[in-house]
Parts: sequence; C-alpha cells; structure tokens
Amino acid sequence: MSEVLVVTSGKGGVGKTTTTANVGTGLAKLNKKVVLIDTDIGLRNLDVVMGLENRIVYNLVDVVEGNCRMKQALIKDKRYPNLFLLPSAQTRDKSAVTPEQMKKLTEDLTDDFDYIILDSPAGIEQGFKNAISGADRAIVVTTPEVSAIRDADRIIGLLEASEINNINLVINRLRMDMIKRGDMMSIDDVIDILAVDLIGAVPDDENIVISTNQGEPLVGTDSLAGQAYLNICRRIMGEEIPLMDFDKNKGFFSKLTGLFKKI
Amino acid sequence: MGIFDVFKKKNSGDIAKDRLKLLLVSDRANCSPEIMEMIKNDIIQVIKKYMEVDTEGLDIQITQTPAEDGHGSVPALFANIPIKDFKHENIKK
Repeated sequence: MSEVLVVTSGKGGVGKTTTTANVGTGLAKLNKKVVLIDTDIGLRNLDVVMGLENRIVYNLVDVVEGNCRMKQALIKDKRYPNLFLLPSAQTRDKSAVTPEQMKKLTEDLTDDFDYIILDSPAGIEQGFKNAISGADRAIVVTTPEVSAIRDADRIIGLLEASEINNINLVINRLRMDMIKRGDMMSIDDVIDILAVDLIGAVPDDENIVISTNQGEPLVGTDSLAGQAYLNICRRIMGEEIPLMDFDKNKGFFSKLTGLFKKI
Repeated sequence: MGIFDVFKKKNSGDIAKDRLKLLLVSDRANCSPEIMEMIKNDIIQVIKKYMEVDTEGLDIQITQTPAEDGHGSVPALFANIPIKDFKHENIKK
C-alpha cells in the first residue's frame, strides 16, 4: 500500500528539495507515514531545508554499504511523529550507490511507510538514475521559464523511457503580476507545452526563503505557498482540489492604486 | 515588417512559448537512437512489400530543413533508399 514518489526536474534550483520537504511534511500533517530520502550524494540539502541537519548520525551510503541498520540512519522529525528523513552523504559522490541498491532500499521501506519520497539531484546522470530506480511515480518540478521547461521535457522523456508513466507536474515560482503583463508563461502555457497532468502550482513566495532560513517547512501555514503545497498533498492523496486564486491576498493599497490607474 | 506589425507586437511570454515549441520538437527528435532504429526497420518492412532495396546503402536520419515561413529551420525525416528492383506482382493491380 506504499507509494514511492520521486521529485525531479532536470534543471537545478527550481524547487525539488523545497517541494520534497513541504509535500513530505504536509502528508505527515495529514497523518500519513512518510519517509523522505535525499539522493543528492555530495550536495545534500534536504536535511538543512527540514531543519534536521544537527541530527544526522548515519546516512544513505552507510545503509547501502551495511555500516548501519536502516533504523539507525532514519531521523525522526520531532515535530511530526510520522515523518522520517534518510539524509544523504556529504563526503561521497553519486557513484557511491547504484540504481539496483536504491531499488532494494526503497523496497525495504515499503512495509513501514505510506509514502516514500525521493529527492532527486539535478541532471540526468547517475544521481538521477539512482533516484528514479525504485519509483512508481514522479513529480516533475519546473518554473515557467524557457530553460527549466526545456529540461523538464527531457526529464519527462527519460522517465517514460524508464517506464515511469505516472508523471505529474508542479509549476513553481509563478508570478501572477508578470503573467498578467504577458511577461511570464502561464500555467496553461506550460501544460500545453509539456503535455503532462498538473498536480499543483506554487506562487513565488518570500515566505519560502524565510522557512528555509528557519528550517521549518511552511506547508499548511497561512502563506500562499503554504496553502499551495497543502493542496498538492491532498491531490496526491486523491482529493480533487481546484487551483488557488493567487490574487486572493491582494492588499487594500494595491486595490486602491488599481482604482486610480483606471481614472 | 509593415506598420501593422506594431499592433501585433508579441509580449515576451508568447515569444518564449513559440521558441519553446520549436525547440522541443527539435530536442525530442534528436533524442533517441533506438527510436531511429525502429523507424528505419519499419520503413524497410513497408518498402519491401513493393520493391527490393539495398538495406546496406540505406540512409534514414533526422536533419534540419528550412522552415516554411523562412525563419530558422525545422527537423525533417530524411530517407535515401537505393532501389534494386521493383516487384512485378504488385504492379499488376
């Protein structure tokens, strides 16, 4: 009954780790048993975004090499009893594990968790191949920019070639003001180009920077991004949630200046 | 470009979308040598029904060809298939 999801993108810096942290935390808030696995060996970041960097004893490579048991490496998040993190190694590189080892590792976890979420590194090389090898489904993260979409398209092709056909898209860092002016591609534009089902759209939100600074994923909080991520969690669980109206939080003053522009 | 093009000036979002669409056709076409092998074999099977061809001298690939509107180029499937002989049974019809 366990689902193994990989969060990937091709392009770096579009929000894979942020999405993994927030989706994982959100699903745990909704009472699911979740384990997050950072597969970016050598450049680990999921631990820092989750605020768990001081709790690392063993990591993914230790488990694969048999230096420790899985239970010893898993970090239990004290904020959410059902949420665990398997951190990556910082001092090795992506050749330290093979896709076959990753597949076995995720299989060993399926009995204990509802959701196993793998945070893929950027790129299409060994790190990516390691991350996708045990996955049933993929969430591709992109931003509405030319390079990110191009790379996302390549990633989608590679996922399908690896027989992962359950692929959903998250469009991150949307700016409604730019979309209205025509200076940013819209959600529909991106879906039209990539031809993959959308599972969520997250607006560009300062609160994300703040939440990473503090090591506290913001899913479920009052911010736009927080709500967007919670909706994504619900959709992953099968609920149908309409896309947010991102203009909802428009302040009084911007409405007032909008009025003056019309005069 | 005439005076009416001023009114049709595209915003950058639309420019991005158009560029991406062309770009992805090209990227997707160049992606897979396995698919090219499969296309090549399928074409040989069909052609073999009507004529005998030189399968060794056969050249099938994706190339760039000038676009119809004159701007840039688009990918095209190029096939050069030397014919050895026509099969008479098929011409009877």
